[in-house]
Amino acid sequence: MFSTRNFNRSKPVLFILILFPSLLWAYQFVTGNLGVNPIEKLMDELGLMALRLIIITLMITTLSNIKPLKSIVVLRRMIGLFAFYYVCLHFSTYIVLDHFLDMKFIIQDIIKRPFITFGFISFLFLIPLASTSTNKMIKRLGFKLWKKIHYLIYPVAILASMHFYVLVRADKTEPVIYMGIIILLLLHRIFKRLTRPQLAQ
Amino acid sequence: MKILSSEITPYKTYLNRRKFIKGSLASALLATVSSSAFANHDNNSSIYNKYLNENDKLNSYEEITTYNNFYEFGTHKKHPHLNSGNFKPRPWTIKIDGLVKKPQTFDLEKILSNVTIEDRVYRLRCVEAWSMVIPWQGFQLSELIKMAEPLSSAKYVQFVTVFRPEEMPGQQKRTIIWPYREGLRMDEAMNPLTILATGLYGHEMPNQNGAPIRLVVPWKYGFKSIKSIVEIRFLDTQPETSWETLAPWEYGFYANVNPNVNHPRWSQGTERRIGEFKRRETLMFNGYEKEVAHLYKDLDLTKFY
Repeated sequence: MFSTRNFNRSKPVLFILILFPSLLWAYQFVTGNLGVNPIEKLMDELGLMALRLIIITLMITTLSNIKPLKSIVVLRRMIGLFAFYYVCLHFSTYIVLDHFLDMKFIIQDIIKRPFITFGFISFLFLIPLASTSTNKMIKRLGFKLWKKIHYLIYPVAILASMHFYVLVRADKTEPVIYMGIIILLLLHRIFKRLTRPQLAQ
Repeated sequence: MKILSSEITPYKTYLNRRKFIKGSLASALLATVSSSAFANHDNNSSIYNKYLNENDKLNSYEEITTYNNFYEFGTHKKHPHLNSGNFKPRPWTIKIDGLVKKPQTFDLEKILSNVTIEDRVYRLRCVEAWSMVIPWQGFQLSELIKMAEPLSSAKYVQFVTVFRPEEMPGQQKRTIIWPYREGLRMDEAMNPLTILATGLYGHEMPNQNGAPIRLVVPWKYGFKSIKSIVEIRFLDTQPETSWETLAPWEYGFYANVNPNVNHPRWSQGTERRIGEFKRRETLMFNGYEKEVAHLYKDLDLTKFY
């Protein structure tokens, strides 16, 4: 049985582990060690990291159903916020490095290209999640409303995986695996809800 | 005797062709028989400077050989460089069939002994909105077409890539329908800009770039420039091409570089030149408008993209 304390203790290590790739890529970018097309590489790595972290937050909820791992849920907020951190870096790489703040072009891109539309909406939906992540906000909104807002993680995950799926030109194995995991995690939630014992009885 | 299609050229086109061979092309791109064809690229990249205009700089040998789209070796840009070590580009033959006087199989060495290898420094624009400048060595496709003796009924040329899943690990997966196929209209194939390349930077063609022989059509998106060619077919109807078959709403038969016709996934208005920080404007026909625009004057390029 892992206690809440166990998981809380692991937080500093996890924090550094999850933060580290962004620092490494930034360093490699600045020193010219990100390959032949560094802006594309940076954008791909940041985006993939964000998608993986989004999936991990969904997994944590599922894992917390297993008795000994019940307390793992205390890690969810930190990982969720890290997902937002990587999405922000991914998006700003696109805006600043890839398109040099050419807003006219970027707006056209967001409207016209489905895969960018998916990614952008996914980013927008993450903003209310990240900004209501504090205990204070949970209190202020009330748990019920707060929870409703946080259901946004489902469209976020689906849109993010679609963003990746449409981007790949051929051999969609990798995005399909991510989509598959997301679908399984969602199905598990639906199943749980349908089989939940009725409180009234 | 049957008249070869390659010999039938409308008089006006013929005149135009003569004119521009004499003009820009000859001075800018053509006709130095490369005596230093297999020199060390590191020391001699300046020999290509005379082919460059002030807006273009050569990409390095490393950039050109480590960042490739060649799905036969895997779908990531690094894969062709990493996974092509077991590919054997010799011995090599090219089968010529379809509407020709006599179907036959040419030994690559025989082809090479009959053509003139020249330096051609071309811009390469990928449909994914990145580009490079590459010093190729090769010969005009028209020279091989003359050797192949197509019939006058041949209106299109189809190219087929080698299928060797044991040497090309990407082919073990059905990423696309193997073997890779591409095609050109006869007049595009006969255009003096269209070459079969056998080397780059004075080296024999690296495996990851399409050894031992590949097409280079500089005014079209990179995927038209089919690699490791084993078969050339002459046809009277427009052939199916791999990307068009896979996603016809995204890739057309013509695939001319055109900043005004967007790809659903990428704006084609700008591109990133590998090695540069800021994007640059994409040029109509990749900057070869003068040489090729006449081929499409009766074609709606938004429809035939």
